[in-house]
Amino acid sequence: MQGYGVLTTGWTRSDLMAKTIASAKQGNILDPWSYSLLYATDFADRLEHQIIPALRSGFVVLSDRYIYTAFARNVVRGCDRQWIRDVFGFAIVPDLVCYLRIDVDTLALRVIESKGMTYWESGMDMRMGADLYDSFKKYQGMIIEEFDKMAEEFGFQIVDARRPPEEIQEALRARILPILKEGRTKRIGKAAAEKAAAEKAAEQAVEKGSEKAAEKVTEKTSEPVPVKEKEPAPAG
Amino acid sequence: MTTPAKAPFTVPHPYPGKLIVVEGIDGSGKSTQLSLLRKWLESQGYNIFFTEWNSSELVKETTRRGKKTKVLTPLTFSLLHATDFANRLYHQILPPLKAGMIVLADRYMYTAFARDAVRGVSHSWVRRLYSFAVKPDLAFYFRVPIEVSLSRLLEGTRAELKYYEAGMDLGLSTNIVESFKIFQSRVLNEYDKIVDEFGLTVIDATLEIDEQQEQVREIVSKTLASYKPKRGSHAKREALFWRRFTLPESEGAEGEADRH
Repeated sequence: MQGYGVLTTGWTRSDLMAKTIASAKQGNILDPWSYSLLYATDFADRLEHQIIPALRSGFVVLSDRYIYTAFARNVVRGCDRQWIRDVFGFAIVPDLVCYLRIDVDTLALRVIESKGMTYWESGMDMRMGADLYDSFKKYQGMIIEEFDKMAEEFGFQIVDARRPPEEIQEALRARILPILKEGRTKRIGKAAAEKAAAEKAAEQAVEKGSEKAAEKVTEKTSEPVPVKEKEPAPAG
Repeated sequence: MTTPAKAPFTVPHPYPGKLIVVEGIDGSGKSTQLSLLRKWLESQGYNIFFTEWNSSELVKETTRRGKKTKVLTPLTFSLLHATDFANRLYHQILPPLKAGMIVLADRYMYTAFARDAVRGVSHSWVRRLYSFAVKPDLAFYFRVPIEVSLSRLLEGTRAELKYYEAGMDLGLSTNIVESFKIFQSRVLNEYDKIVDEFGLTVIDATLEIDEQQEQVREIVSKTLASYKPKRGSHAKREALFWRRFTLPESEGAEGEADRH
């Protein structure tokens, strides 16, 4: 209703990799490195075929999860912090990262009430124990801890995800609108900015809090060059 | 942030096994040499593990599909090959090395360093991407001029060039043979730099097959001089295996000591 062109994209949704990742997760053939690299390939495919073209044409790109999800999951799995940041060094820095923060107890309740805990969401591949619930709590607790660290490192905007959906939505809009109005590229996170391989574009993404938190996230991005504000949205 | 540690692939690995790799452009004859080496080592009684570039079950199909539909960009091409490598390193290369066996690899990370650089991917990024790799005990580079490799490929069993092998994705020429020449010349240039950077052992791949193999065996023998093979199976020592169960415990312990 604001008249922005919008493209949405999400983790593991690339044409190239979606099937591969799904089938890899069924077997027990994933090691920590190829786990990271599969997701990096998926991300690269979407970055080059969806995100950058959309940004170039002045779209707002809403991304459900971004590179930070990979950082958290891989560090928790024992990968080197620097290595995983290097691998994703080709990514562009979002204009805004909203971190929907939740505590692990509320998260567990929410997941059980919705579709239930799964093998991967519980980090069962890490073999921290045979019990799904205990493993979920441990694993997601570690993920949240890592996200909290990154919130400082990369300057995430933290939104309390324990509140009702309408309130979260309001909080998100309050953060997004000013950035859309600025209408200029803005980089977030000094450390990340140094690394961004592609200086041309700036993009934007939303990270969901822990692995599971609230779904509603949306976000926006702006454009490298002159951004036309509020241009009518072509079908995306 | 943590200070960047030295990449593991720049220091010798700590495992009891040996890793020997071959590199070279398509048509250099490296695979022929490696398979001859493998047979020779096996005839010497060594247990050999063999692994090949881009062969993991995990991404083979994806790479094939990506190549067929030509949707691969230099970046995704690079990442897919790194994924394949990571998967094979973890499942096929490290376990035998840790167990003290010999691993032969047809192409290793240097292939990515050479090809990705030609496709315009950052040198330093690719090296960081592969920083989890282990350094081979011996890395051969089969150096060959473009004309020789081209005639081998066109006259050989394959008799045709492949799209990505010829670098057609780079739009260097609409003629596949021309494109192959330009692309592989650039790959050769990159390999030359890599030879210096990582100290690869160069073999003149224009020599006769047996001459090359002779050189290869001589160099491998030196690398294996300090190597103590380990066996998992005692199939060739039935007598010893039998004795362990028939001798009284005191003598059995002696037998155990004998074997060291």
